[in-house]
Amino acid sequence: MSASTPTTSPTTPGGPQATTGNGFSRWVQRVTSGSTWTVYALLIVVFVAILVMNPSFGEPMSIMAFLKKASPLIVLAIGQYFVIVSGEFDLSVGSLVGAQVVIAAKLIDGEDSMTWPVIGLMVLFGLAVGLVNGLIVTLLKVPSFITTLGMMLVLYGAIRLWTGGAPTGSLTDGFRQWGRGGLPDTPGQFQVPFAVLITVVLGVIAVILMRRPFGRTLVATGDNDVAAAFSGASVWWVRTRAFLFSGFMATVAGILIGGYAGVTAQVGEGLEFMAITAVVLGGVVLGGGRGSVVAAMAGALTLEALFTLFNQLSLPSTIRPAVQGVIIIAAVAYAAMPRRSKAVPSPPAGVPEPTVPKEPQPAAP
Amino acid sequence: MSTAVSTASPRAGSTTSGPRRRRLGSTGIVYLALVGILVVSAGLVAAQGGSFFSQGNLFYLLSQTSLLGFVAIGQTFVILCKSLDLSVGYVVAWSSLVAATTMAGDPSRIWLGVVAALAVAAGVGLVNGLVISKLRVNSFIATLGVGLIIKGYLDTQFKGPSGEVPKAFQGFGYTRIGPVPVSVIVLAVVMVLGVVLLTRTRPGYHMFAVGGNIDVARLSGIRTDRSIVLAHVLCSLCAGIAGLLIAARFGTGNALVYTYGYDLNSIAAVVLGGTLLMGGRGSILGTIAGVLILASLDTVFNVLDVSPFFKDVLRGAIIIAAVAMYARRQIDPASSRARFKALAQSVRPGSRGGPGGASSPDRTGPAGPGSAAGPENPSATTGKEATR
Repeated sequence: MSASTPTTSPTTPGGPQATTGNGFSRWVQRVTSGSTWTVYALLIVVFVAILVMNPSFGEPMSIMAFLKKASPLIVLAIGQYFVIVSGEFDLSVGSLVGAQVVIAAKLIDGEDSMTWPVIGLMVLFGLAVGLVNGLIVTLLKVPSFITTLGMMLVLYGAIRLWTGGAPTGSLTDGFRQWGRGGLPDTPGQFQVPFAVLITVVLGVIAVILMRRPFGRTLVATGDNDVAAAFSGASVWWVRTRAFLFSGFMATVAGILIGGYAGVTAQVGEGLEFMAITAVVLGGVVLGGGRGSVVAAMAGALTLEALFTLFNQLSLPSTIRPAVQGVIIIAAVAYAAMPRRSKAVPSPPAGVPEPTVPKEPQPAAP
Repeated sequence: MSTAVSTASPRAGSTTSGPRRRRLGSTGIVYLALVGILVVSAGLVAAQGGSFFSQGNLFYLLSQTSLLGFVAIGQTFVILCKSLDLSVGYVVAWSSLVAATTMAGDPSRIWLGVVAALAVAAGVGLVNGLVISKLRVNSFIATLGVGLIIKGYLDTQFKGPSGEVPKAFQGFGYTRIGPVPVSVIVLAVVMVLGVVLLTRTRPGYHMFAVGGNIDVARLSGIRTDRSIVLAHVLCSLCAGIAGLLIAARFGTGNALVYTYGYDLNSIAAVVLGGTLLMGGRGSILGTIAGVLILASLDTVFNVLDVSPFFKDVLRGAIIIAAVAMYARRQIDPASSRARFKALAQSVRPGSRGGPGGASSPDRTGPAGPGSAAGPENPSATTGKEATR
């Protein structure tokens, strides 16, 4: 988890904290400073709460079952992270996930030999959607909010038009194993789910990517696209690649969700807001340029852990959105607070500093 | 990049009248698009042997317009302030419930119900505004969160429709004066009030300033927090009126109204109307045109009996295409290449690239409704000509 600090350090204004005391108080300061560390603290708190409520949750099998359930959201959060850190939005992932599951069911239709060709086709479709999103945003200069909102409507309608309203066909076991199977193939005993393995692999790839020139350019573009363009980055291609990743990740999430939960007409609904919430919970700033991918994944994990906690508390399912709303507002408000108190003393001093962007704006998309 | 060339050439001849023409075109093009869509719709319907402008169709169109219109007018204030409100759908649902349950079928309680519904709506707007301005929560997250909270409350508290609206108040939903529904008249009044607020009063100017650049606005002595709170209160009030209208039409309050997608639809309408999602530029008249465009699409799809799923596909494609068209117009030839822009305008401090893709052209284009940016524009164009 500590792998995330180097990724963020060039962009987070965390420098001034280095002045104080010993290791522990520095650590406390770090956790409470509202940077990406907050999410880890929150994650631990939620986990401890779950464990107190239900000690058997700590058993390896329950942990693995929990991680398996959380995997699709984590994968989506990775994709959404790429887009958000580059300063854009992707609202189309929810209906893309739904579309992918429906496509898989309709094309495979119980035919085992079709599994791999259809998975290949789904990947191509996901990449195509990402490419279209990216090109419309970067070349046609349509705000990503509108582009992906339109894409959401198009995918939603097109899939239902194609299947005549309700999803048809069925998935094979070969397809579904990725979402619900595990490595030692003995159900009922401890196994590492494929979904978790896939998520870990994708997470590692994402971390590596964010340390490579692509990732650096992506963050720079999200922070200030004009400056990035001046320093020679081809902004449009970097952003388009972010959308490509998002489309790919939505495809993977679709495969996992299809395997885990099967085909329904509602699959994928609302996932885009869940993914964005997860990423923001991870301390990634909407508007781009700040935050780490590991923290975004931790945000997704925290969100799923919260839902598990709600289950443990046996809250009525209808009140859950309210609690979720309170928590995301509180988390983001908390993350925004300390930076504000640090930044406030300078502007009223009279001289308008050129470093205004240091304070994260409450930027609309 | 052929766009830069093609837009540059006609502008080169008319550098002096450039800003004025552009200002006229801004909402003008939206209405042009509306007329175009109406003409095409009428043609398509006529080809099927019907009449698009029949009484029934017009009434359908107008009633569609009035519902989304209230929400979209409110959303315009918020988007002008570079904010966003994703909670409007829930506010509509909540205020319809409050109105219906307060009235409880008793005609003498109509005004109480109206006031209660609007008060609840304004309260939500106040919370939204305070969370965004004081707690510094991004508007997307803040309003999404507040929306979720309301959703949780509504789902827990109300199972299915509840309350009853007295007959007298249902007239708000159904009666017409001549061919015009009462709701459209109310919409027109709200629209005029909104236009006056934005173009004739200080709080309105402040909203544009805050949306254009919140730091500059603050340094110029504007209480930016107040503008944001005001915008959100107005937005929620408008959503509250829409909730009243829904209560009047249904005769009861219904929590499931929030599934109608007013949040995203209203944003789409506002952006279709030429208001920048990046804030600081736009108009209520444009928004109304955007709502009319969406409503006439809806009407024509209805008349032609298009599959509802195909409707979604077309709607999505049209929204993207329309905004792409506006974005193309708004790309200033001088700013299409960042390098030349910087050369032409020397250094502009604080020309920070915003989050959106379209931010850089907007920043340097003749921003805002005022003519402050006017003088700059010709110089930018000539500068560009010089470098080419």
